[in-house]
Amino acid sequence: MGVWSALSLLIASLVVLPIVVVVLALLSPTPEVWRHLWATRLPEMLSNTGVLLVGVGLGTLVLGTGLAWLVVSYRFPGRTLFDWLLILPLAMPSYVLAFVFMATLDFAGPVQTALRAWFGSSAWFPEIRSGGGVVVVMSLVFYPYVYLLARAAFHEQAAATFEVARTLGHGRWEAFCRVALPMARPSIVAGLSLVLMEVLTDLGTVRFLNFPTLTDGIFRIWHGMMEREVATELAGLLLLFALAAILLERRLRGRARYYQAGGRGQGITPMRLSGWRGWAATIMCTLVLSVAFLLPVGQLLVWAAGEVTRRTPGALDALYWDFTRNSLVLSGAAAGIAVILAVVLANGVRLSGQRLTRLAARWATMGYVVPGAVIALGVLIPLSALDHVLNDLAGRWWEGAPGLLLTGSIIGLIYAYVVRFMAVAYFSVEASLEKVTPSMEGAARTLGASPGRVLWRIHLPLIRAGMFTGAVLVFVDVMKELPATLLLRPFGYDTLAVRVWQDVSESLWDSAALPALTIVVAGLLPVVLLIRAATLGSRSGPLLHHPNREASNPLHEG
Amino acid sequence: MEPAFAQFTKETGIEVRFTFGKDTELRERLKAEGQYTPADVLFTVDAGNLWLAAEEGLLQSIQSEVLEKNVPAHFRDPENRWFALSLRVRTIMYHPDRVKPEELSTYEALSDPKWKDRMCFRPSTKVYTQALVASLIATHGEEKAREVVEGWVANNPTYIDSDTRILETVAAGGCDVAIVNHYYLARLVNKDPDFPVKPFWANQDDRGVHVNVSGGGVTTYARNVENAIRLLEWLSGPGQNMFADGNFEYPVNPQVEPHPLIAAWGAFKTDTIPVGEFGRLQAAAIKLMDEVGYK
Repeated sequence: MGVWSALSLLIASLVVLPIVVVVLALLSPTPEVWRHLWATRLPEMLSNTGVLLVGVGLGTLVLGTGLAWLVVSYRFPGRTLFDWLLILPLAMPSYVLAFVFMATLDFAGPVQTALRAWFGSSAWFPEIRSGGGVVVVMSLVFYPYVYLLARAAFHEQAAATFEVARTLGHGRWEAFCRVALPMARPSIVAGLSLVLMEVLTDLGTVRFLNFPTLTDGIFRIWHGMMEREVATELAGLLLLFALAAILLERRLRGRARYYQAGGRGQGITPMRLSGWRGWAATIMCTLVLSVAFLLPVGQLLVWAAGEVTRRTPGALDALYWDFTRNSLVLSGAAAGIAVILAVVLANGVRLSGQRLTRLAARWATMGYVVPGAVIALGVLIPLSALDHVLNDLAGRWWEGAPGLLLTGSIIGLIYAYVVRFMAVAYFSVEASLEKVTPSMEGAARTLGASPGRVLWRIHLPLIRAGMFTGAVLVFVDVMKELPATLLLRPFGYDTLAVRVWQDVSESLWDSAALPALTIVVAGLLPVVLLIRAATLGSRSGPLLHHPNREASNPLHEG
Repeated sequence: MEPAFAQFTKETGIEVRFTFGKDTELRERLKAEGQYTPADVLFTVDAGNLWLAAEEGLLQSIQSEVLEKNVPAHFRDPENRWFALSLRVRTIMYHPDRVKPEELSTYEALSDPKWKDRMCFRPSTKVYTQALVASLIATHGEEKAREVVEGWVANNPTYIDSDTRILETVAAGGCDVAIVNHYYLARLVNKDPDFPVKPFWANQDDRGVHVNVSGGGVTTYARNVENAIRLLEWLSGPGQNMFADGNFEYPVNPQVEPHPLIAAWGAFKTDTIPVGEFGRLQAAAIKLMDEVGYK
């Protein structure tokens, strides 16, 4: 076994360790609590989880694919702007949109209050604290995953294929359904699977909007009933859901492979939508963008401005800068480390071609479907044991103990982030690594270059875009991450997300607004970079490297 | 908390460093850190949490005449592992235009069908709800407690996971009565003296209104035990108003006057069940609520 495979195996074991720790808890089930769960909450949690998977899946599919096709293949007023503006909701954490909607749209909120003032009653207004509310909120913030990947796939399609379908007598809609959509299916399904993982691990949105799912159940049982074991077992059940989603994805993608022969060509020529149809497209894009991003951000701005003018503690003072700095440090460190590890891992898999290495890589990406709190537990248990060993040894060899080096610092937290978001970095890196022709490597190796040199001189420059995308996505994800942060942050080390959570739990919308807005703005910077990379990259490659399907299924071998 | 700590540091020269977290998470952390924990004191906002921390061996028994004098017996651990420092009264709130106080009496009476579609409750995930139901179990036994909660559920309450939002919904006409911690009303009244919701002290003709606590204890592996005890003592005496008033809570020390805003609501009788019982019965309360379909 070469150095690269060994390195890959080491990284994979480190990443998979916390999940194994949690899975081991499954070996000692707690039957009486399970019986109680079956008789009471579990059916509701399961059906709610199912409702969300289907509802948000359909919602993001329609929104993401529809909008992507609209901006790629039609010309209408504002199209070049919407092309990138529609990515913006990616910067909005779902729990932030949930609390803005809740604060403005529930019975006591300004919208229903105004409706009552005008019409005397608001009884007909839909209840925001419901499954429907969660589906709407999540579809609005998660559709960019599908949008980005579908858009890239539509862009990549050569005009020729589409035009041939048209010349053969298919209408534009028919050509879309029979040629463009099937060819983009792998990308769309990849985006969709990212969405479903987000749905499965969300805590804030379902908690704020009273729609208990399996993830919420893990917290309910762990925090309420003090049954950490059972909570961990429930996490195992959640993994089954994730596995089902992955299998479904494989089925949807099918065995088909689509290749674009020759160069990318010019892409599909957009058709001009004239008159009211053009404006209808503009209005539709504006509507989605306003509801998902512009209006909520406007509301946050109003709240935050109020706090700043009132000089409430935490509003743009030293305290606030502390939260911001902490969030940036954590996100930056986790993004950097995850991408470096992903490169080593992907390179090892590529070089060795062994089943074991491939399998290890797949398992290493498992964290994406495990809720942050469960990973945090998985990190806390082995690291604190290690901390104790370190302290005992230090006490024996030198005087005094160094304290909690791992769990008392941000190391444990960054470890948890890397485990949680490794998949994001890995898929991006791997996808772009796969695009490098083996012949190039062959040539370099024939000329006597070592594998390390090939990675450094040939692959790294070629996969820069993939690494960049991976880092950006991990950065945004960590910025929004809540449960693991709540559990593992060192004493006094609060982040923006933690602050939002605490304030919203107390219904202090005004006070939650500034940190929430900061997360959105920080999330925007990478999105803007992503957009720039997209505009540059439209000549050289796809914008968002979609997860490789083989690797996204850790339990599938073959 | 911050101003109280700052004042304590000013008076004693003892520096206080602190972090906030969810209770379960703080306990898991203390457990994981074991003897290497940097924490000397654990503060938390619910009797159940204090009880559990003690139960899990995270807090040590301490000797302090000052604390025993300042904190009434049913508001502290029998083994002196934790002490309540302020009181949070979870009681019935109503809109005076739609409900007359004479119509209200006890938590139990809210299971009367006349309250159908008129109540706002906090979901069972919230420890406040769990402690209230635990107190019903402690008083009546499980069977009777189940009947009460079944009656609440049959009245089809609106579940809102925020006491503040519940009060705002009562004010806006979304419901007529609710069960809420008193200081949430105090905060709203502090901002708007005309806020149209009134507190009703429940169960005054029998056991008294349900009270939960915030409090703290010295951790088992504390390195600065003496300073930790001094902090607790200071908070139970000279620091009472600073600790309690910031959040409009009632001081645990009967000698100390509450903040004028809540003092204006008058005196009331409190339930004297040892608050540690809420922790012991918490899991039973959750189970009961799950079984009768309390959201």
